[in-house]
Amino acid sequence: MSKFRKGASRELPAISTASLPDIVFMLLFFFMVTTTIRDVSLLVKVQLPEATELTKLEKKSLVSYIYVGPPQKQYTKTFGTEPRIQLNDQFAKVSDIPDYILAERASRDEAEIPFMVTSLKVDELTKMQIVGDIKMELRKAAALHINYSSKKTTPTN
Amino acid sequence: MRKTPEIPSASMADIAFMLLIFFITATSMDVDSGLERVLPQMPPENQDQDDTPPIKERNVFSVLLDQYNRLMVEGEIMRVEDLREKAKEFMTNPGNSENLPETKPTEIPLLGNFEVTKGVISLRNDHGTQYGMYLAVQNELVAAVNEVRDEFSLEKFGKKYADLTSEQKEAVREAIPSRISEAEPKTIGGKK
Repeated sequence: MSKFRKGASRELPAISTASLPDIVFMLLFFFMVTTTIRDVSLLVKVQLPEATELTKLEKKSLVSYIYVGPPQKQYTKTFGTEPRIQLNDQFAKVSDIPDYILAERASRDEAEIPFMVTSLKVDELTKMQIVGDIKMELRKAAALHINYSSKKTTPTN
Repeated sequence: MRKTPEIPSASMADIAFMLLIFFITATSMDVDSGLERVLPQMPPENQDQDDTPPIKERNVFSVLLDQYNRLMVEGEIMRVEDLREKAKEFMTNPGNSENLPETKPTEIPLLGNFEVTKGVISLRNDHGTQYGMYLAVQNELVAAVNEVRDEFSLEKFGKKYADLTSEQKEAVREAIPSRISEAEPKTIGGKK
């Protein structure tokens, strides 16, 4: 019996922190793997429209983005306030889209090309003229699978 | 030879924490989502325009959007909120009405002979239409198709469309086709 009573009065030992770096490293690796660092800075303001029937973009590596919207405040002097197209990190014209799509295709594996999606991030106040032109260019470039990026709303009924 | 002193590893946790915080803040966990559509293929250059048979008036559900974001469906001004019901009625043709689309019996695996609607939804927008409005209309049309498919799946298989097996989904897709065609935009009424 004395065997058990011996430790009863002893203080609790401090919790060892030797494994703390390991735990932190584990978290670190998790976040490093999951991170996709946003590689474009937005030059245009995009207020996405709202919709209910959404599909998720599963493979981010297969998505190419086209941004359309009025230029941010610091660019209004040079580019005006009318909606503009942004591809990668610069303003672009509609006629630049086929080249952009070709460049996006060239940077992907050949087997993945049929699964590529073009995500249109368009400001909700943009006129359809520019969107129609973009769609026409995408059709010419045979990039037919598109995704109108929008925010989720709860269905009204 | 002198023994090299051991590098203290007490600060390792701090360095790791710093990196960790950087990656946590840089992570964007939000999933991109949107309305998925497939654009029609470009017609071949030398194709004649009128080799497709004309579609009967009753088989077309015309949706027009003008530059003031007004919506006209089948010749009447309509609110976006009412579009979904109207589109569903068009696709199902519950009362076999004369004005709603014809059906064509088709042999579908798992379902047998089924009267598939010949209806086509035709969407035409103006150059001046706002994108937000256009997307709202697209959303309602897609929602109508999805709802009809869901109801049909519940009736035939007792499950929602999303819970069906891939063969069942294929059958439902064939029975309730999603034919939303977009006409070339026009400038409807007035100057731009």
